[in-house]
Amino acid sequence: MADKKNSKGRLRRLVMIGNGMAGVRAIEEVLAINHDLFEITIFGAETHPNYNRILLSSILSGEKTIEDITLNEKSWYEENNITLHLGKEVTEIQRGYRKVISSDGTEATYDILIIATGSTPFVIPIPGVDKEGVLTFRDLRDCDQMIEASKSYKHASVIGGGLLGLEAARGLMNLGMEVTVIHDQPELMNMQLDEVAASMLQKELEAQGMHFKTACLTKEILGNGRVTGLRFNDGTELKTNLVVMAVGIRANTALAKQAHLHCERGIIVNDYMQTYTDPSVYAVGECVEHRGKTYGLVAPLFEQARILAYHITGQGLKTYMGSEVSTKLKVSGVDVFSAGEFQVVAPAEGEEEKETIEYIDRGGGVYKKLVIDGDRLAGAVLYGDTADGVRLFQMIQAGTDISSQRATLIFGNPTLGDAGHSGIDLVANMTPDTIVCGCNGVTKQTIEDAITKEGLTTRQEVTGCTKAGGSCGGCEPLIDQILASVLGSSFAKAEGETPICGCTDLAHDYVKSMIRRDSLTTVAAAMATLEWKGEGCRVCRPALNYYVQMTFPDQAQDDPGSRHVNERLHANIQKDGTFSVVPRIYGGLTSPEELARIAKVASEHQVPAIKFTGGQRIDLLGVTKENLPGIWKALDTPSGYAYAKALRTVKTCVGNQWCRFGTQDSMGFGIELEKTLERLWTPAKLKLAVSACPRNCAEASIKDIGVVGVEGGWEIYCGGNGGVRLRGAELLCTTDTTEEATEIIKAYVQLYREDARYGERTSQWVEKTGLNNIKAKVVEDTENRAALIERLEEAIEASGRDPWENLISNSESQRPRHGLSFKTLTIDGEVAER
Amino acid sequence: MKWYKVCNQEDLTIKTSLTIKVGELTIAIFHLTDGRFMAVEDRCPHKDGPLSDGIITGSTVTCPLHNWRINLINGEALPPDCGCVKTFKTKIKDDDIWVEL
Repeated sequence: MADKKNSKGRLRRLVMIGNGMAGVRAIEEVLAINHDLFEITIFGAETHPNYNRILLSSILSGEKTIEDITLNEKSWYEENNITLHLGKEVTEIQRGYRKVISSDGTEATYDILIIATGSTPFVIPIPGVDKEGVLTFRDLRDCDQMIEASKSYKHASVIGGGLLGLEAARGLMNLGMEVTVIHDQPELMNMQLDEVAASMLQKELEAQGMHFKTACLTKEILGNGRVTGLRFNDGTELKTNLVVMAVGIRANTALAKQAHLHCERGIIVNDYMQTYTDPSVYAVGECVEHRGKTYGLVAPLFEQARILAYHITGQGLKTYMGSEVSTKLKVSGVDVFSAGEFQVVAPAEGEEEKETIEYIDRGGGVYKKLVIDGDRLAGAVLYGDTADGVRLFQMIQAGTDISSQRATLIFGNPTLGDAGHSGIDLVANMTPDTIVCGCNGVTKQTIEDAITKEGLTTRQEVTGCTKAGGSCGGCEPLIDQILASVLGSSFAKAEGETPICGCTDLAHDYVKSMIRRDSLTTVAAAMATLEWKGEGCRVCRPALNYYVQMTFPDQAQDDPGSRHVNERLHANIQKDGTFSVVPRIYGGLTSPEELARIAKVASEHQVPAIKFTGGQRIDLLGVTKENLPGIWKALDTPSGYAYAKALRTVKTCVGNQWCRFGTQDSMGFGIELEKTLERLWTPAKLKLAVSACPRNCAEASIKDIGVVGVEGGWEIYCGGNGGVRLRGAELLCTTDTTEEATEIIKAYVQLYREDARYGERTSQWVEKTGLNNIKAKVVEDTENRAALIERLEEAIEASGRDPWENLISNSESQRPRHGLSFKTLTIDGEVAER
Repeated sequence: MKWYKVCNQEDLTIKTSLTIKVGELTIAIFHLTDGRFMAVEDRCPHKDGPLSDGIITGSTVTCPLHNWRINLINGEALPPDCGCVKTFKTKIKDDDIWVEL
């Protein structure tokens, strides 16, 4: 039927009931996929264009105006040819005629209908709720009435001590009112906080001047015409001139029910956001019930919007599987976070009791609780310092094995970006012009503006829009904090599910599994089979190129066009477009002849600068592209791979050949390891070190793999990092012999090559995967170890010969012409024609 | 303005680039997937990076120094960056690539 209509040249008609955040987001997603697919009509019951409801409390506090929180101006609807009916509430859906009718008689016929009617605040049915001065806190009209009331009255009360209630209370206090919060439970925010966090929050809010009446039910609203007071179940009364009900929301299903669409608590939808009853009717947002759950936070609703857009534009690849929700909020200046099963309840028959790890600093206003189930993190509550929330949430979702981190997990994971977990919200204390991303010079203000103006919800979007976090990534936790503080709700998404980049919706792990399943051996084949958008970008193309070669070392074809110039030319580009050359010096051990040769080459080729690197070798800087082959030839050493996602160096101390403390031959073992692993592509750069005794002069404890000699054996450490993200390496195992140490290291490297995401250093990977998992596969399961080593050997076999040797031995004409041309053509004008 | 012969079009495969030097000026010539040849000054508007060494996707090249993306059709940097590089006309005649300077 749709095809017939299209053949007549008419667009399909898309009608949406509701003009809120989730619905409009779905329309935006549709337009982004195909701008010209639908004729779009939107009905909104409110008279304002789509605004950010999350920021209503800032309207109340006077921090922001309606213009500030508007997400889509009227002009946006015009530019996108959307017919917008504002202030018109749809009162009837005639599914038989595929038609909706609004209160003023406006009709619209649809091919596809989206119901995005949102929710309404629940009003407790007690006597007096119809009195003047009894409000809810849901839309701009409520805000206006509160502001109006604050001008004539002094006493206000808020029924409901959840997030919304506390936000309303804070807003009313800012308007100069004396506010009491009435809550039916003993603890505030009992859905998001445990007892301790709730009591700390209440104490803090009391210090700010808020009053509380907890574990108390309101029986009656008093007054003659306008409200004058409240009466409670314990018989007491409270004087008040304004009552705000904030006890929860109910999905708006009346319209859907009237149209005989199946509803429970919300409108029931399938994994495509299609209603159960009518495939031409979809629903999205707070009015929806999916797999028995309703959602009220923005992140899951935006995810639903995306899935809906995919399906109605005919790209039904993706399904909505429900969202794990964490809460990261700012309540009246206090940061709180919770996720998972954070309330410890008595275990059911046959279940182990969950353990908790707690940290309380009442004076400093910091409280952290981790709930642990066996080796996994089951839930967490953070109060005052929520910087670690995103990471903990990911661990909960991924079921990460945390047994090796138990002792330190609660203290967070200091990185340069968010150093100083001392109960201070770093972001809150930053002035707007503070630089958040040092690499790209992006300020806090720029990021905040981008989030509000562009409606961003993920770190990837922030990076795409502002470049913050796009280089070293050290500021990623800060960007997360800014997102949380601006959006005021959960935005976290498990890394595993994040698409590789804007060119695809698929995540790294899924892409890897498809490459293996469908035997994709080239970047082009992977992009074609996995329906890539366009020709990819500098983020996804190198990743695909790595994955195909890692998966099929024998058959895969390298695509030089999918490599950064450094890996294409086997040299490291510098700021002026020249290159640096780092010869391989195994284990940092050299000889007079080698040194003399390097010196001679540098002098003959007039190398402008020579420097010793941190990895015990020599860097020749300022070499022009044309000079690279000549220098390589004269050096006559293998490439040091100082430019690649591959083994860089194996740093060694002098060891028992010279050192009076040395217990092992660290130089010998380091050289052996470097010779074994050189030329292997890895997900990210790989740095090793071998020390001959626990004095650890080679600094093995901050390397991807660090080996420390002890009397009678080796200790092998993994997952260390001394750069952007300081992390001490963890003990993987101890071996008696050098042979066994080599085996373990080889298996470990192969596991990392296969399992990690492209670009992921071992420090991140070890943390994600869990040390025990890695131990099981590499140390304990000897069969698996042997299989890993076998696959590593295949990759080593396929890695071929040294790239420098390769490039200089092929004459210019035999070389692939593109990208590997070292010459610039000089044209002197003689060949000109008219 | 004059047309200059660069090289045989066979010598520049798709999704690759080459550079030519005319006096002080270095020009990067790109062969796009759709068959077109695009010529721009080989100098990123950001910090003078050699665009010819960048990864080419569609009609965009990503500068190897700081990942600015340059639209090779009009020379403009893609948002969030802002800047422009000089572009030159190209044509194919008798299988040769020509550029107008």
